[in-house]
Amino acid sequence: MVSDVTDFASLAPAYPEMLLAIGAIVLLLVGVVINKERSTLVSMLAIGLLVVVAALVLLQPADGVLFNGVFIADGFARYMKVLVLGGSAFALMLALPHAEENGTHKFEYSILVLLATLGMMTMVSANDLMSLYIGIELQSLALYVLAAIKRDDPRATEAGLKYFVLGALSSGMLLYGASLIYGFTGHTNLQQIVIAIANDGRSVGLVFGVVFLLAGVAFKISAVPFHMWTPDVYEGAPTPVTAFFATAPKVAAMALLVRLVIDTFEPISHDWQQIIVFLSLASMVLAAFAAIGQRSIKRLIAYSSIGHVGFALVGLSSGTQGGVEGVAIYMAIYITMTVGLFACLLSLRNSNGYVENIDDLAGLAKARPFVAAIMAILMFSLIGMPPLAGFFAKWHVFLAAIEAQLFVLAVVGVLASAVSAFYYLRVVKVMYFDEPTSEFAAVPNELNVIMAVSGFLLVTYYFTVGGSLASAARVAAGSLF
Amino acid sequence: MTLPLFFFYMFSAIAIASAVMVISARNPVHAVLFLILVFVNAAGLFMLAGAEFLALILVVVYVGAVAVLFLFVVMMLDVDFASLRQGFLQYAPIGVVVGLVLLLELLLVAGSVMVAPETAGAAVLPIDGGIENTRALGQVLYTRYVFLFQGAGAVLLVAMIGAIVLTLRHKPNVKRQNPNVQVGRKVSETLEVVKVKSGQGL
Repeated sequence: MVSDVTDFASLAPAYPEMLLAIGAIVLLLVGVVINKERSTLVSMLAIGLLVVVAALVLLQPADGVLFNGVFIADGFARYMKVLVLGGSAFALMLALPHAEENGTHKFEYSILVLLATLGMMTMVSANDLMSLYIGIELQSLALYVLAAIKRDDPRATEAGLKYFVLGALSSGMLLYGASLIYGFTGHTNLQQIVIAIANDGRSVGLVFGVVFLLAGVAFKISAVPFHMWTPDVYEGAPTPVTAFFATAPKVAAMALLVRLVIDTFEPISHDWQQIIVFLSLASMVLAAFAAIGQRSIKRLIAYSSIGHVGFALVGLSSGTQGGVEGVAIYMAIYITMTVGLFACLLSLRNSNGYVENIDDLAGLAKARPFVAAIMAILMFSLIGMPPLAGFFAKWHVFLAAIEAQLFVLAVVGVLASAVSAFYYLRVVKVMYFDEPTSEFAAVPNELNVIMAVSGFLLVTYYFTVGGSLASAARVAAGSLF
Repeated sequence: MTLPLFFFYMFSAIAIASAVMVISARNPVHAVLFLILVFVNAAGLFMLAGAEFLALILVVVYVGAVAVLFLFVVMMLDVDFASLRQGFLQYAPIGVVVGLVLLLELLLVAGSVMVAPETAGAAVLPIDGGIENTRALGQVLYTRYVFLFQGAGAVLLVAMIGAIVLTLRHKPNVKRQNPNVQVGRKVSETLEVVKVKSGQGL
């Protein structure tokens, strides 16, 4: 029996995953032994663990394909893993204040976030249809539970159930696609699938498999027409959980999609390109118009995230190295904006609890000028107003699309962006120009810090982190070509 | 007639007969018991085919867990089977069509093996004749597929945590066993030796 598991040192590229898995199990034991209703200690330790794992990912430049080819560690995986770990760590931080009210005070919350993160890292590093599926299931199963973690709240339970049923359906489609691909190429290993397609050419069965596989992944990134669950789940789940849903899992699924279409299905790029272009166009246009009528801030964010996935897919549609670079930069900026947005949302409380409707933001600029200022910066950045970071994110992906002669896509994207400015600016208008209707409660310190960091990064992006992020994204994209 | 052939026909006959009984038994509890009989006989068939691991897993998982779960469901939920049976004749044609499709598929599978016998042997992982299949499984599970195996384990862990988080409730007024206290009890705390004088009582 041939095996590449010879000694521990040869597993170096998988150390971060192993540390995260062992750490999650140890923290589970810690939580059970402490056995308290509220467990800040476990949350703190979990955040620390994520930071250590992220450092390990950065410090371990050893590339390699491990475990008989099911696991790959390369520059692209490292870049995406750092984003995923950062998103998860911030999501845990956002869950700290008012944890009892959100249902996130149980220690299992942190454990489930850690295990979901492990699943996402597996997705990012998947080099085989089997490890891809295990990663997706590990991530999704934890997310279903997280959506319903406030189990006495009917809305959260509904969100969890809806997510579970639709997620199971998408897993079914994904598996069906994977089985067709396996049947028509004879391999589950992604690198061997490339060789098989290159040798045998495309067949109808293979294209069918690719369509189903991409549909399953499109559900996970909530691209139109597989977006239906997003607004309901985002609205129903407790807000810190929604913050988690909107950041790390999207990055992981996007990384998986990029690896699949750029690396594995490169020989049939003409076939997948049509699918990605359609997903991108539909997501941008639908999100721009559907968000206009929304009154709930969380539903607005849900549609906004659908739209942003569409913009990121513009970069992927080009299929070029510049496009992948654009996607990588886009996801980093998207995470920064989303974390900041949820920090604002979680800091807005009036006498009825969390502020959920846009109209309740009235007069925020007078009552809480700092929160209103950060929120305004975020809204302008989400529109893509220069010189904020959101502009550079869109600039990279549209540039890639134009270089790849996808003019229609770029034009529709810019138009959708202009339409979406309407509902983003309405939030600013309500905050700054409407008369206040209710009092706002004091803002917890950790949220102030997150908002300040997010706002600072978005405003000074071009002068501070922009250059290093772009070069990191270039290295990441380069490892796929 | 050799002994294995005799057992093959015995297991198969009992399996088919009890499968018929599963769908024709009036009492649902009997149906589940016949289902268990089917599983046990199928396990016997696996054993004859040389797949002893699969045979034992079938007994452990299907008989031990799944069938007992069925029994629980049948006995605990008050399912009105009479109303479920209504309209049986109405839907019978659809059942016949589904059955025919399945039969056709079986014939196609069997037919392809007849036409090209080499396809049956084209297994991805040829079995080494020298080792029993439990050992063979163990060898690949912890080497070749260790990542996937551990990943699947993590998925099960998440399922377990999820089930506990979503359903376990600590009710305040429930008396619970505390094994620590039970084991740590001393004789002096529980037993009192009383000298009773004869004829006086306590």
